[in-house]
Amino acid sequence: MNASAQENRMELFAPGHRACHGCGMALSVRHILKATGNQVAVVTPTGCLETFSSPYGYSPWRVPWIHHLFENGPSVASGVAAALDAQGRGDVRVVAIGGDGSTFDIGFAALSGMFERDDDVLYICVDNGAYMNTGGQRSGATPTYASTTTDPVGKLRPGKLQHKKDLPAIVAAHGAAYVATASVAYRKDLQKKVKRAMEFHGARYLQIDTPCPSVWGFPSDHTLEVGRLGVASGLVPLFEMEYGNVTKVRKIKPITVDKYLRGQKRFRHLFADEQGAELVAKLQQMADANIAKYGLSSQSGGQ
Amino acid sequence: MKITMGAVVMGGTSVLYPTGAWRDQRPVIDHEACKSCDTCRDVCPDSSVFVQEDVYYIDYDFCKGCGLCAYECPVDAIAMILEEK
Ligand SMILES: Cc1ncc(C[n+]2csc(CCOP(=O)(O)OP(=O)(O)O)c2C)c(N)n1
Ligand code: SF4
Ligand SMILES: [Mg+2]
Repeated sequence: MNASAQENRMELFAPGHRACHGCGMALSVRHILKATGNQVAVVTPTGCLETFSSPYGYSPWRVPWIHHLFENGPSVASGVAAALDAQGRGDVRVVAIGGDGSTFDIGFAALSGMFERDDDVLYICVDNGAYMNTGGQRSGATPTYASTTTDPVGKLRPGKLQHKKDLPAIVAAHGAAYVATASVAYRKDLQKKVKRAMEFHGARYLQIDTPCPSVWGFPSDHTLEVGRLGVASGLVPLFEMEYGNVTKVRKIKPITVDKYLRGQKRFRHLFADEQGAELVAKLQQMADANIAKYGLSSQSGGQ
Repeated sequence: MKITMGAVVMGGTSVLYPTGAWRDQRPVIDHEACKSCDTCRDVCPDSSVFVQEDVYYIDYDFCKGCGLCAYECPVDAIAMILEEK
C-alpha cells in the first residue's frame, strides 16, 4: 500500500464501514468530519449510521464517538457538552448526527429540550426520509405519496398521505441561532454550512438530504443525481436561517417534479395510471409553493 | 471477540475489515482520459479513490463497486467492469 492510500484510510470517517453501496449518508458523514476537523466528539442515536459504523471491534470513527438510545440523542449530546464545559475543554465541540426517525419523531422531545436550553451542540439530521435501518417504515420526514412498508401503496392509499414535517421551521421557532438545510449532492455547500454552524455557540441545526439507493429504489451510482434532481425540483429547498430569518437560499432552474420522482421505486405507483398523474400534480404544487416561499428560482429574480 | 472495559473500541479499526470483498463491479480509471478534476475522490462514500502525483487510483481493498465515481466523472474516464473472482 502506498502513502496516499494510507492517507485516505486515515480520514476522520475511515473506510471499512458497512454502509450499503452508494450510501448518501456515509458520504455526507465523510464530508461533515472534513468540515469540523478532529476537535469534536460525535453523538449518534440508533439508525443506519450507528449500525454501519459500529460492528463490535471495527470503528471507522477517528474522533470520540458515542452511541446511545434511539430516543435520547439530543440529551446525551447536551450531557457531553456539559461535561466538556465542566472540564474546561472549550476546544472540543459536540456534534450529534442522527437519522430522521430519531430526529423528527422518536427523539423530538429531547431535541426540543436541547434547543430550549440552547446547549452548545450542532445537531445534524441525516435525512433519508424513513426508518431505513429497520427496512423503511414511514417517518415524519417521509415525503408525501412515498410508498413505505407501513403505508404501502394499495387500494386504500397511494403511500404516505401527510406532509413532510417542516422541522427546520420548528427548530428555528425555538430561537436557534443557526438552522440550515443541505444536500449530499452539493458537498462544498454542505461543508460550508457545517463550518458556518460551528462559528455559533448554543444549539444549531443542519438537515442534510441523503438519498438512499437501497430503500428509495434506484441504482447505487445515481445517489448524487437523485439528490440534484430533488433540489432542482424545489421539493428539497436548500436555505440558511439565522435567528429565525432566512438569510440565504440555493437558487435553482426549476425542473418538473416528475423528473425527480420517476427514477425512484418508492414513487413508481405515481406513474401507473390517471390517479397517479393527479398526485404528481399535487406534488408539483408543493414544489411550486416551496419555490415561491423561499424565492428559489434563479429565473424569477425573487428573494 | 473479547469485550474491552466499557466496550470501548479503538478509532479507525474499520480498516481491518476490507469491504472490497463486497464488490461485483470494478471501477477502472483510464489515466489518459482522466483530467485530475478530483470528482471521483470527492464522491466516494468509502474513501476509496486516492491520488498520487496527480494520478488517481482506486483502493480495491475498500471499494464496494457502487459506481458513483464512474457515473459522476465528467469525462467518462472510469469504466465499471464485471469483477472476476
Ligand atoms: C425505542 C426504539 N424503537 C425502535 C427501535 C428500532 N430501530 C432501530 S433503528 C430504527 C430506525 C431508524 O430510523 P432513522 O432515525 O430515520 O435512521 P436511519 O436508519 O433511517 O438512518 C428503528 C425503528 C429502537 N432501536 N429503539
Ligand atoms: S439503507 Fe440507505 S441509508 Fe441505510 S446504509 Fe443503506 S443506503 Fe445508507
Ligand atoms: Mg431515516
